[in-house]
Amino acid sequence: MSNLRYSEPEVTLELAREHGLTDEEFEKICDYLGRTPTFTELGVYSVMWSEHCSYKNSIAVLKTLPRSGQNLLVGAGEENAGLVDIGDGLACAFKIESHNHPSAVEPYQGAATGVGGIHRDIFTMGARPIAALNSLRFGSMSEPRVRYLLDGVVRGIADYGNSFGVPTVAGEIYFDKSYEGNPLVNAMSVGVVKHGETASAIAEGVGNPVLIVGASTGRDGIHGATFASEEISEASEAKRPSVQVGDPFTEKLLLEASLEALKTGAVVGIQDMGAAGISCSSSEMSAKSETGMRIDLDKVPLREEDMSAYEILLSESQERMLIVAEKGREQEVMDVYAKWDLNAVVIGTVTENGNVTYIRDGEVKADIPAYSLVLGGGAPVYYRETSKPEYLEKTGRTDLSEFVDVDDPEETMLKLLGSPNIASKRWVYEQYDHMVRTNTVMGPGPSDAGVVRVKGSKKALAVSTDCNGRYVYLNPRKGGQIAVAEAARNVVCSGAKPMAITNCLNFGNPYKPEVYWTFTEAVGGMGDACRIFDTPVTGGNVSFYNENPNAAIFPTPVIGMLGLIEDVEKDLTPSAFQSEGDHILYIGAPRSGIDGSEFLSFIHNVTAGDAPDLDLEFESALQKSLLSAIQKGMIVSAHDLSDGGLAVALMEKAIFSGMGAEIQLNLPGQSTTEMLFSEAQSGVLITVSPSERQAVEEHFRSNDIPAYHLGTVGGNELKLEDFARIPVSKLASIYEEVVPSAISAANVV
Amino acid sequence: MKFGVLVFPGSNCDHDAYHALKHIHGTETRFIWHKESSLGDVDAVIVPGGFSYGDYLRSGAIARFSPVMNAVADFAAKGGPVLGICNGFQILLEARLLPGTMMANEHLRFTCKQVLLKTESHQTPFTSKVPENTLLEIPVAHGEGNYYAEKELLKELEDQDQIIFRYVNAQGDTVPEANPNGSVSNIAGICNKARNVVGMMPHPERAVEKSLGSEDGRYLFESVINHITYSL
Repeated sequence: MSNLRYSEPEVTLELAREHGLTDEEFEKICDYLGRTPTFTELGVYSVMWSEHCSYKNSIAVLKTLPRSGQNLLVGAGEENAGLVDIGDGLACAFKIESHNHPSAVEPYQGAATGVGGIHRDIFTMGARPIAALNSLRFGSMSEPRVRYLLDGVVRGIADYGNSFGVPTVAGEIYFDKSYEGNPLVNAMSVGVVKHGETASAIAEGVGNPVLIVGASTGRDGIHGATFASEEISEASEAKRPSVQVGDPFTEKLLLEASLEALKTGAVVGIQDMGAAGISCSSSEMSAKSETGMRIDLDKVPLREEDMSAYEILLSESQERMLIVAEKGREQEVMDVYAKWDLNAVVIGTVTENGNVTYIRDGEVKADIPAYSLVLGGGAPVYYRETSKPEYLEKTGRTDLSEFVDVDDPEETMLKLLGSPNIASKRWVYEQYDHMVRTNTVMGPGPSDAGVVRVKGSKKALAVSTDCNGRYVYLNPRKGGQIAVAEAARNVVCSGAKPMAITNCLNFGNPYKPEVYWTFTEAVGGMGDACRIFDTPVTGGNVSFYNENPNAAIFPTPVIGMLGLIEDVEKDLTPSAFQSEGDHILYIGAPRSGIDGSEFLSFIHNVTAGDAPDLDLEFESALQKSLLSAIQKGMIVSAHDLSDGGLAVALMEKAIFSGMGAEIQLNLPGQSTTEMLFSEAQSGVLITVSPSERQAVEEHFRSNDIPAYHLGTVGGNELKLEDFARIPVSKLASIYEEVVPSAISAANVV
Repeated sequence: MKFGVLVFPGSNCDHDAYHALKHIHGTETRFIWHKESSLGDVDAVIVPGGFSYGDYLRSGAIARFSPVMNAVADFAAKGGPVLGICNGFQILLEARLLPGTMMANEHLRFTCKQVLLKTESHQTPFTSKVPENTLLEIPVAHGEGNYYAEKELLKELEDQDQIIFRYVNAQGDTVPEANPNGSVSNIAGICNKARNVVGMMPHPERAVEKSLGSEDGRYLFESVINHITYSL
């Protein structure tokens, strides 16, 4: 590759195929240009039309999602991230993105640059990131390779996020063998910006200078976007050079300098460089403003000599931004970056001809209509063939009745608590700085959502990520609905109103009709739920090709939910028990069915049945009713029922508080097993003070939400009727020991 | 009364220290950019946490060469109160304003959690107002907080009452389980011989509001405010 600058191969259909383009796509490129592309142009088209940049196989389906709402200041796809009005003249920019493929071959850098990339998406909008989350999926920890990946990913997230100085406040980790060889690493960033101080990714004003700022450009990450658009295979190891290398220190400087530069008023437009580097940022900014850019690549600060136009344009070196400045004021921008010891170099100008023109060694190496490159412009859009997967017949018809009787509920509860999917993730989150910036009023661990206050206001943002891939596997539509419902329930339990979502859709190869059917169904389910909860989709990311040589992953559409707490002093609600003598109530839907449960999977090694029950209308009513009770000050604590059902929710409330409880399962009709372990949706465990109990029961009754009194908080044992009596200290030690001991089973350092 | 909070490239707890001093304790506070060669008229200096210069080399090893550190050394030599928190502690060690060395945490992982501290000496500007017999709950967040001192130095620190904080359990005992990073003798913070320069790994600026989990960090800031009030 190193001599490309001096010898460019002849462009043929064969070479286009090697670049991942189809025959039709190559033909389309020739049509747009009216000639055969140069080698450099072929490279630019190949990355811009990769799945990763163009969303060519997903955009038609994504457009069915609700993407507008009264609180949305910037809708999905308009800018680098969505923007939600949170009142008091403030807005929240937030987005989630995947870095699965890089993390599969180089977990440390893959995860680190995932964190860096998503933060850049936020501060390129002028917002200061105030919280980070991540949603991770791995195979079984009994596999050495999985422990290596887990260790590397956690270190990568920690080292990047901790140094960058944004707290990691929430997230989730699941272990399932379907993710073996293809872990999922989804990173989310949440930022806050004042109205009127937001920045835009535009290239307006013909003659305005174009600057590259931040890190210099090297050969790392070339074709990263293309790599992310194919299946992981044994050959993927050779793609390690496609993985970018992160530098959180430079990113921190870039953040401070960029926010300072925006304050000068001399910046017309700004866009971060992620996938496809200069190609992507310059063409997207131009296309959006119906302008063009003439860029002299000889002026780009390089890390390595002799980089060709092709390499410079496709480099995915991190910590860079492209800026369009007001003509005559570029020096003001450059001064700010100089203060922070960063490059800021004028490399071109905005033109009116609509083309992005790239020059190297004084020669035009590429001259492409910007419009033809981008999503929403000339990039291809496909709607793939769908076919309902055959496995659903089998899983849906499996008779689960043999599992609904448990001989020893106490033993089963303790065993389930030891499932890595349920046990404490302290080993992970203590490696993340979750407190820096002193806004974290509820951090990771004993809470349903992470909550960060917004200094200078009474407000706080409650954020959570959620997706149970097993549910989506068993019923893609309902699974998609549940992911949204549960994420919303999480933020409601903390005292917040669900505002909007971002999503990260992790699926297999879209050219497989079964995968595409699952994708469309899951997106449809998400849309159903978003409409009911009035939480529009502000943007996100699609990651296809998550397969490994053995199997496809569980379809995993991760939801990142933004909730708003109006008055954090008053409304913030913990999930743990708070005081002895408080009454414990269950509110919500019947605990029926063990379909798709962790109980079934972990205790019986069965993944079957339907996804758990969910009635979206009821769920919405439950959440509204709970939030109004919280806002009236009636609720002491609230914890939503999810993996492991009522049994796990009870054990967690005890563990988090160190307090016991005495419980009678005064619930209608079902078997003890179902009451304890069903993952039927729309259920919350609350505690209330004895004096409020009647009012609380009345409140829920008047909202048609069933409420059942289960017992009282107290003592140091969790007692369930006559079948379980467990010291809280025993629960805590099981809960805390699972992950550390699984990790230390091997020498991962 | 004026506080100065240093800002190095890569500092990320500078705003937290500023917030604690200015908004919680109501003192006049300003940032001091690392390229400045003078501290101006400040009465106390906070060297905040973060990852100065990315800390790709030994933590604090580059920051100590920033122009502002000469001014800090002069200020300290004249008896001005200086508090180094986390990366600030590391920088003060590298600048030789405090004795000893910092190593990577024993378990080789970053660790962020609440810890309990015993105040071993009240004879500093930052601990004079810490109540007797009270353990402080203050969080740590670091990858390199494993303080080390050779035997002779350790003895000297003990003899001269220069060990200011130790990690302890809920009973106040200096046990290994309470030590988050493997530091020698559970040391969480020390001072110089003149007692006006204090370095500590835990973050008192993160523990000044109940809603964030603890207010125990306030004692340190109240101490130094009191110290300045009486020395002005």
